[in-house]
Amino acid sequence: MALVVLLAPVPAHAQQAVTLRVAITQQVDSLNPFLSVFQAGTEVGRLMYDYLTAYDVKDQRPVEGLADRWESSADRLTWTFHVPEGKKWSDGQPVTAKDVAFTYDLMMRDEVAATANGSFTADFESVTATDDRTLVIRTKQPQATMLALDVPIVPAHVWSEVTDIGEYRNDQTPVVGSGPFVLTEYRANEFIRFKANKDYWRGAPKYDELTFTYYKTSDAAVQALGKGEVDLVNRMGPAQFDSLKDKDGITRNQAQGRRFNEIVINSGAATRTGEPIGDGHPALKDVVVRRAIAQSLDLDAIIAKVNGGYAQRGTGPIPPVFADYHFTPESVRPYDPAAANAELDRAGYARGADGIRVSPEGRRMELRLLGHASRAYDEQTAEFVKRSLADLGIVVDVQIVSDNQLNESGTAGTFDLQFSGWGTNPDPDFILSLHTCGQRPNADGKGGTTDTFFCDAEYDALYAQQRAEFDPAKRRELVRRMQQRFYDQVPAVVLGYDNALEAYRSDKFASFPVQPDPGGVIMAQNGVWGYYGATPAASAGESAGSTTGLVLGVVGGAVVVLVGAVWLLGRRRGQRAEDRE
Amino acid sequence: MAAGSAARAARGGPRVIRHLAGKVGGALVSLLFVVALGFLLFRVIPGDPVVAMTRGRPVTDDQLAELRARLGVDKPLTEQFVDYLAAAVRGDFGTSYVYSRPVLELIGERLWPTVLLTGTSTVLAVVIGLWLGIRGAWRRGSRSDRISTGLALAQWAMPTFWLGMLLSLATGDLFPSGGMRYPDTPPDFLSQAVDVAHHMVLPCLTMIAVVYAQYLLVMRSSLLEEMHADYLTTARAKGLRDDLVRRRHAVPNALLPTVTLVFLHLGLVVSGAITVETVFSWPGLGLLTYEALTGPDLPLLQGTFVVLAGAVITMNVFADLLYRVLDPRVRAA
Repeated sequence: MALVVLLAPVPAHAQQAVTLRVAITQQVDSLNPFLSVFQAGTEVGRLMYDYLTAYDVKDQRPVEGLADRWESSADRLTWTFHVPEGKKWSDGQPVTAKDVAFTYDLMMRDEVAATANGSFTADFESVTATDDRTLVIRTKQPQATMLALDVPIVPAHVWSEVTDIGEYRNDQTPVVGSGPFVLTEYRANEFIRFKANKDYWRGAPKYDELTFTYYKTSDAAVQALGKGEVDLVNRMGPAQFDSLKDKDGITRNQAQGRRFNEIVINSGAATRTGEPIGDGHPALKDVVVRRAIAQSLDLDAIIAKVNGGYAQRGTGPIPPVFADYHFTPESVRPYDPAAANAELDRAGYARGADGIRVSPEGRRMELRLLGHASRAYDEQTAEFVKRSLADLGIVVDVQIVSDNQLNESGTAGTFDLQFSGWGTNPDPDFILSLHTCGQRPNADGKGGTTDTFFCDAEYDALYAQQRAEFDPAKRRELVRRMQQRFYDQVPAVVLGYDNALEAYRSDKFASFPVQPDPGGVIMAQNGVWGYYGATPAASAGESAGSTTGLVLGVVGGAVVVLVGAVWLLGRRRGQRAEDRE
Repeated sequence: MAAGSAARAARGGPRVIRHLAGKVGGALVSLLFVVALGFLLFRVIPGDPVVAMTRGRPVTDDQLAELRARLGVDKPLTEQFVDYLAAAVRGDFGTSYVYSRPVLELIGERLWPTVLLTGTSTVLAVVIGLWLGIRGAWRRGSRSDRISTGLALAQWAMPTFWLGMLLSLATGDLFPSGGMRYPDTPPDFLSQAVDVAHHMVLPCLTMIAVVYAQYLLVMRSSLLEEMHADYLTTARAKGLRDDLVRRRHAVPNALLPTVTLVFLHLGLVVSGAITVETVFSWPGLGLLTYEALTGPDLPLLQGTFVVLAGAVITMNVFADLLYRVLDPRVRAA
């Protein structure tokens, strides 16, 4: 056996074919684009299927996807999209407007098909393909996201055969799609393999294969990058990112991220009908207290110490990466504990004998701060918050709990302060909608997506206006005013926007398109430009370094087995000699 | 002679069967208890699974309600429990929330990587542990004994994930840092086998390093107990060589507790793989359990819980039966 292993031909890892090997740390939940909700699953869906429109690599504006032109009626209720000739499914069939109509229609009539992206078609009145090239969509009310429908369009001639969408796995390789890559092999939680689609309408990718290998921990993924087993890694922590500094053959990308971290303040949790719920500290209903809390937090120090400098200072819920909608306050609230103390004194929150403030109703200012046990960020930042608020005469009891417990307390309003955070989209509608009155839970405490319980007539009015506003400049102004209101009322303190930390083997791939350009990400884009536009380095066709490792490993293993065998044989002979005694 | 053994068999037969039935019956009751506990335990976890699943996505109330109805979490708890029990008896553990696939199918897929990894490392750990244990006991107090026992204890005390990462760093480019195979390995059996073996080296070493200490210590102490027994003195007095006394007389008697331990341990080994599988992204049951926990994916969690507990129960029964076979004193009792 040892000899067989020793003599076995060593598998050639990279022959002439050039492969981009990407490490992912999140599993792909499903290959079925109607069911997949994880970010990794969505990204795989984008590689396989084009959307009706795409987001530009430079500034994320809507550009040609399957449709190259579109127009809307004067009342914004009817949209017409043109699907040009020449785009093909990977099995050679033409892509038509009927495929698009089929996809949206399926989501409208089959609840299971609406699992992942149903919100995009929830307001659709009808979808019709008047001919192979023309798609007409009528909506019940004007919908601002009509050029940002993140719905993978599937081939009607394949999917019309599917009887049960919930059961369909979509893993019959090669999977028929229209995107720049064709899925050829899938091993759940091991790896996914794609071949470049040489007939892709934008032009073929510059290399042959794309693989995603799954690593459970980002430590393992970073190690794999160092060893040359993979070419591209993201979602790194500051320490991991720093460890790759000045490493030969590795280039790092510090990109603006789409996430923000915040501390939610329980300013009066209530149901949709206004019934108070939970047990938040009553003093937090006072905007003076909330402002004082915000003013006492040194956001720059938190970014420097907790984020290792890899973050931007927070203002509103829309990160600077979406420059059009990112918010800069008219007057930035400076870090000023003395001013915050003075404000609290003035508002009647006197300090007791022990230095702890007491609210005018006579309640001691003791606040619970809830954080996620799964996130080191929460634990470290909580220490800053605790110390800052202690200077204000407010006691903070930090409780680090499981994600579920945090969700539970969040929905029930049984907290005072709580860590939270969201990922955002190019269109600000969803993230802004979270803080409208309608997002509070119903009478039995369910159905709410808000975490702030913010309910403000002015904010809601602005929200409704921006939703129906199709003039980009006017909408920008409305969105800015909403964030100003949010900033002034402080239902939450946005702490900062995490950078997305990525790195790649620049000895194998010379460059990757980033989105937005400059300053953007390679992975987790609104699109697949990073993978699609990757340019191999001149030497990329050569054999990869891991082959040496394999040879050494196999030889080492074989030697151990051989030595063991010899030893055993030796012992057996010795035994026989003894038996003769 | 023939008549005598037949009579013994006749006397022993029903007793053996009764003993067997008792053990298996007890195991079945335990398993049923585990199935019920699996349900109750995971309902204590706070949080609405549907909200956890859809966090960060734009979903309407209708969609949430639809999702709840589809997963069956909108029914009263007692009804859910009855549904779950009825399905579990039929061998159906429901559909995973995250993967939208039958739980048993997911477990089945992940079973063999775990069996491969834990099987190989257990066999090696047992061989190494017993061998070092015997050596140590025979030359107790010697420098080699002290070193090997001390080393084993130190490794046992090390956090598994730390040891795993240390190994991975220390071996440099020699072995892959995670996974079970490279995506671009040719599909023929030999290449795949070599690739898997290559990927298995580090996780296997880590598991062995942590586990073998237990075998070493048990073997060492049970052999030490035998050392002063009279029959060994007799054997030595007969003029048998030391080596032979050890192998033929002392070791077989001292093996008993170790064999039991191996079987008990085999049941636990699947769950023990959780850390190693997580460090090395090994696509087995341990990693599946970890993912189900972080979800939390209730049906998957229940399924893996029952399978892991079932493995322990089954191995307990085996250990019991084996002990009976190996030790005549238990048979006679």
